[in-house]
Amino acid sequence: MALRTILLAAGLCLVAVPVAAQDAAPPLEVPEVEEEGLSGSVTDDSAWQDLGIAIPAFATNRETATPANAQGTGALGVELGRVVFNDLRNNGLFRPVGPDALPRPGYPEITAPAWGTWQGRSAEMLVQGYVRAGDDGRLTVGCYLYDVQLQQELVREGWVIAPAEWRRAAHKCADMVYSRLSGESPFFDSRIAYIAETGPKDNRVKRLAIMDSDGANHRFITNGQSSALTPRYSPDYSRIAYVSYQNGYARIYVYEIDSGRQTLVTQSQNPTFAPRWSPDGRTILYSMAVAGNTDIYRVPATGGTPQRLTDGPGIDVGGSYSPDGSRIVFESDRSGSQQIYVMDAGGGNQRRISFFGGRSATPEWSPRGDQIAFTHIAGDLRVAVMTPSGGGMRHLTSSWQDEAPTWAPNGRIVQFFRTARNSGETSIWQVDLTGRNERRLNTPVGASDPAWGPVLP
Amino acid sequence: MKKIVLVATFASVMALSACKKEAPAEIPPPPQNIVTPTPTPPPPPQGPIPGTQAHFAREMAGRDTIYFDTDMFNVDAEDQVALRQQATYLQQYSNIRATIEGHADERGTREYNIALGERRATAAKNYLVSLGVPADRLSVVSYGKERPVAVGSNEQAWARNRRAVTIVLN
Repeated sequence: MALRTILLAAGLCLVAVPVAAQDAAPPLEVPEVEEEGLSGSVTDDSAWQDLGIAIPAFATNRETATPANAQGTGALGVELGRVVFNDLRNNGLFRPVGPDALPRPGYPEITAPAWGTWQGRSAEMLVQGYVRAGDDGRLTVGCYLYDVQLQQELVREGWVIAPAEWRRAAHKCADMVYSRLSGESPFFDSRIAYIAETGPKDNRVKRLAIMDSDGANHRFITNGQSSALTPRYSPDYSRIAYVSYQNGYARIYVYEIDSGRQTLVTQSQNPTFAPRWSPDGRTILYSMAVAGNTDIYRVPATGGTPQRLTDGPGIDVGGSYSPDGSRIVFESDRSGSQQIYVMDAGGGNQRRISFFGGRSATPEWSPRGDQIAFTHIAGDLRVAVMTPSGGGMRHLTSSWQDEAPTWAPNGRIVQFFRTARNSGETSIWQVDLTGRNERRLNTPVGASDPAWGPVLP
Repeated sequence: MKKIVLVATFASVMALSACKKEAPAEIPPPPQNIVTPTPTPPPPPQGPIPGTQAHFAREMAGRDTIYFDTDMFNVDAEDQVALRQQATYLQQYSNIRATIEGHADERGTREYNIALGERRATAAKNYLVSLGVPADRLSVVSYGKERPVAVGSNEQAWARNRRAVTIVLN
C-alpha cells in the first residue's frame, strides 16, 4: 500500500522532474558517512571500499513492452539496475554488486525489503527500484536507498520520463545514492562532448561526437570531412563550441544542437581556437593567432565586439573561468615555456602560478573552485591538480601521454585523453582525485578532447 | 628569441591583410592530366609543369620543408638556405601563390601546438618576405600536431614532424 502512495504522488510530476520523498524520512545516523565524506581536496577512500551496496534488478508491476525495451519492463528493470551498478562502481567509494549477481526482488518488496536476504549477503546498503509503464506512454521509475543494518530507508526519489530517457532515470538514481552516501554533489546525469578518432595516425579522421557520462547514447555530429577539435558544451547544453578546419583553416564554430546550425564565433581572417564558455554561458573565450602571435580574447556568445585579454609576445592560449566567473586560469609561454597563469576576467592582474619544473598546460578550473587540473609536461604528459594559488601540486596519472583534463560537474573526478605511443591511438579515461581509481570509458572508436558538461537541467 | 618574435610580428602584420581563404592544396595533381595550352606541338615536356606544386616540390628536392627544434620557431642557417631556394622559385614564377603549413610534434598539448605551428609557419613566411617575396602571395596555416608525416614515437620522427612546409597553390 505504501508503494501505491508513492506511485500516485509520482504520477503528478512532470517529465523528468524528481519526485521529492513524500514521507519525511526520520533523521538517521548513517554510520561514518558524513565523517568520511569527500570534504577535503584529498580523499582517503580506504574506509569506503568496504561499503557494500546491493543493486538488484528493478521490479515492475506489470510486464509491458515499451520503446525503451521491447522485451518489457522486466528486462528494462534489469538494465536500470545495471546502469546504476556501473555508475557506482570504480569510483573508489563503494563496492557495489549488480543485478546479474543478485536475486530479484518482487514488486511489493521494493518498499518492504526482505532484510534477511540482504543481511545474509553482507550488504550494508541496498538500492531497490521499480519501473512502471504508464497509459500515456511514459515510464515511472522509483529509486530507494536502504540501510540494511538499520533496516531503514535513507532516501527515495521517482521520475516520470519519456521511454527514450530511461537511462537518465538510472543516472538520477545513482546520483541520489552517491550524493546521500558521500555528501557530494551529483554528476552521473550529465553529458560529454568529445572528438571521435578513426584511421591511421598520418591520416586521422576527427569527428565531433557527444555521449552520456557513461558513454551511452553516443552520437556523431560532424561527418569527418574536415577535422574537428576541442569541443566545449555550453552550460545549458544547447550549443557546442569547437574548432573545425572546414574552410581550410582553424576556426571556432558554435553549433546549435537542436537546429544543427552553426556560426563562426567571430569573423576573422586569423585562426581561432581553444574555445571556452563562461559559467553563465554568456561569454566565450577564444585564442587567436595574429602574425604568429597568439592571444586570448572574449566575445559575447551572441556575437559582438571581441575584447583582447592578453597582449605582448608569446603564446597565450586556452583559459578556464573560476566558478564565479571572476577569474580566468590560462596558459602562456611568455616566460619561455608553457606555464599557468591567473588573471581577472577582464584581463587584469596576470600572474604566474605554476612553479614546479617542467611545462604546464591546459588548465581547467574545478566547478568547486578549489582545484585546477592541468597537463604537466616533463618528458611524459601527465594529468595533475593544484590549488588556484599554485600549491599542492599532485599528479593524478602516470602514463606516456595523458592530457586535456575536464572536470566532472561535482569536481571530484577528472576525465582526460590518453595517447598510445607509436600507434597514436587515443582513448578517454577518468580518474578520481586520489589518482587511484582510473578507468577507461567505452567509446565506439578512438576518443580525445573530452569536455564534461554540467548536471543536466 | 624575443627579437625573432618582434621581427616576426612586424613582418606579418604587414602580411596579415593578405590572408586568403583558399584551402591549401593537399595533393599535387598528376601532371599528365593538366592540359598544356601550347598551340604547336613541341616535344612534350617530361615531368611537372613549371609553376605547379608538383614542379616546385621536385625542384626543391626536400627544401620545400624546414625543420625546428623542440618548442622553437627560429629560422636557422640550414633553413635559410632552403628558404632562399624557395624564394628564388617564387620570384621566378611571379604569378603563383603559396601557403606555408606549420606543424608540431605529438609531444605537446593540442591547442598550444596549433599556436606553435602558426608561429613556425609565420617565421618561414616572414623570412620569404624579407627575401623579397610579396607577402600577399603567401598565406600560412597551422595544423598543430594533427598531421604528422613520420608516424613513429621517437626523436627522429618528432624532428621530422616539427616543420614548416611550403606548398604552391595552383
